[in-house]
Amino acid sequence: MSSILPLPPRDTGMHIPDGYLSPSTCAVLYALAASGWYAALRRVKRAFLTRVIPLISVFAAFSFVVMMFNVPLPGGTTGHAVGVTVATIVLGPWGSILAVSLALTIQALFFGDGGITTLGANCFNMAIVGSFAAYGAYRLLTARSATGSRRKVWAAAVAGYLAINVSALVAAVEFGIQPSLFHDASGSPLYAPYPLHIAIPAMMIGHLTFAGLAEAAISAGLIAYLQKADPSLLRGSARLAPGIAGATVIPVGHPPERRLWLTVAVLMVCTPLGVLAVGSAWGEWSAADFSNPATRASMAQASGNQAPPAAVPGGLHRLSTLWTAPFPGYAPRFIRSAGFGYLLSAMFGVGVLAVVALLAQIAGRRKGRTPLL
Amino acid sequence: MSDSSFMALTLRGFARAFSKALLSERTAALPGFLQSFDPRVRVLGLFSLVLAAILCRKMTVVAILFLLATTMALASCVSLASLAKRVWIVVLAFTGIIALPALFVTPGDIIFRLPLLSLPVSAQGLQTAGLLLMRVETAVTLTTALVLCTPWTHILKALRSLHLPAEVVTMLAMTHRYVFLLIETANQMFESRQSRTVGLVTGPEKRKMTARTAGVLLSKSIDLSHEVYLAMVSRGFHGEIRLLTDFHLRARDYAMLMAFMLASGLAVWMGR
Repeated sequence: MSSILPLPPRDTGMHIPDGYLSPSTCAVLYALAASGWYAALRRVKRAFLTRVIPLISVFAAFSFVVMMFNVPLPGGTTGHAVGVTVATIVLGPWGSILAVSLALTIQALFFGDGGITTLGANCFNMAIVGSFAAYGAYRLLTARSATGSRRKVWAAAVAGYLAINVSALVAAVEFGIQPSLFHDASGSPLYAPYPLHIAIPAMMIGHLTFAGLAEAAISAGLIAYLQKADPSLLRGSARLAPGIAGATVIPVGHPPERRLWLTVAVLMVCTPLGVLAVGSAWGEWSAADFSNPATRASMAQASGNQAPPAAVPGGLHRLSTLWTAPFPGYAPRFIRSAGFGYLLSAMFGVGVLAVVALLAQIAGRRKGRTPLL
Repeated sequence: MSDSSFMALTLRGFARAFSKALLSERTAALPGFLQSFDPRVRVLGLFSLVLAAILCRKMTVVAILFLLATTMALASCVSLASLAKRVWIVVLAFTGIIALPALFVTPGDIIFRLPLLSLPVSAQGLQTAGLLLMRVETAVTLTTALVLCTPWTHILKALRSLHLPAEVVTMLAMTHRYVFLLIETANQMFESRQSRTVGLVTGPEKRKMTARTAGVLLSKSIDLSHEVYLAMVSRGFHGEIRLLTDFHLRARDYAMLMAFMLASGLAVWMGR
């Protein structure tokens, strides 16, 4: 179904024009694409905005031009690549999402190549699904391989072939669900007319044979070229996101401390879930538990029907009086709600630890500033 | 297929892109109907008509929108020949091929059979194929009218005024600018390669040639991005983006925007 394109110059086979997908399908795919753009833009902005803008823009222009290349294929024919695999390898998946999306937007808005209402679908299929499919396959296949290894070339070919075909499959599913979901009273399909059992083979034949091979050939050829001409690009010198194995990574996302604090906050909020737990933890018994028949029964059950000693063990009895906890059972005595007690205990515990950590940090800094004589 | 035909095909593609950009620049500068309105009105209005065409379920209403799009394009100095060559014939050829089997495979009331092959054509199939073809023709005609009558910079400014993030608008503007520079670079590389290519070239060699050309273009692109970055920094860029938006809506722009919205709403209501 590579002929789905209304305009011939950049026939990569997946530029869905206006009119093939229903407005609700377009809206859903716009929403999915928008979430991908938002996430990518956030990561890119955190990297280094002044450097990123020209890099992504020029790479998008490169992707656009590469889509115009007629790649010679076995059998004497030619095909067009998308360039998503090379973009993913060089820029990382998030940078690739932006670069390929920009190229697709220019194609749709300036060259009328692909629709306006279907721009979200095209970006979702090729830029987002394509980038992550290429990233996953390449990363899996090149784990612990050297920059100049032959494996990287083959991995790029496989990743390219896979990325294009996964994208095509997603597009085929989008086409294939149209007739069953959107038809008039007489049963006439209102948008793409073919059901899944026709749309999938029709779309995949062209991509498994031509478009996939074109992407595989251009990806492998480019990686082989970069290994010789500019290996730093394969090591992630232009990458904008957590990279493929062995890469130089520009830190993106939340700083580690902020991530830690967010996790601690979530765990604190979840502490009242402890109220839901029944029974007692093995070995965490108090001296009073040995004289309570119900607790003794649960101790025996938890210990493989081994009955606990009749009297409180001497050592336990002696040491249990050494320290009385301020919040016994994670609930201060003045609080009646067990859940709130858990939350308060968690806040208190985290607060104490934070103060200790802060004091240790201050002490460490002072020590660091002391001049060495 | 001759040994350098893949290069010839690529070069033809580059030439088409340049010719399209040139035509767009020339048409946008002419004193036509659409050109006389604020770019924001053009973008919003034509986008709303595209959406209306997609929402319509009746072929007659989509056909009316198609006539409206054609009339607007003609009044905006876009020639009929240009529309036919660049839009209608291409859409007819590509979408027609896709829509054609729908005539026979869509189940429904059979209205006639093809004389020699005796393939049944259903009323539902005819409706589906016709609606798809008409809708795509209408949407692409509207988009082409917008693209030909509005300079790219104006489209971008209009998108910015519709609250597209400034970073995205900047990247789109830069991408558009460097697309033509890179096309020119690739064009020169392919032309020089073509002029040096004699004799038989095997398939793997052709693929290597293409990949190497793409590789050199990639290296040049990365170098270019670095140069652009340094140029931006030297001019004082530190991450803050400011775009000039000097559009002013006049009474006739508001009136036209209302007319676009009314036409779109009416089309959706009539075509529901």
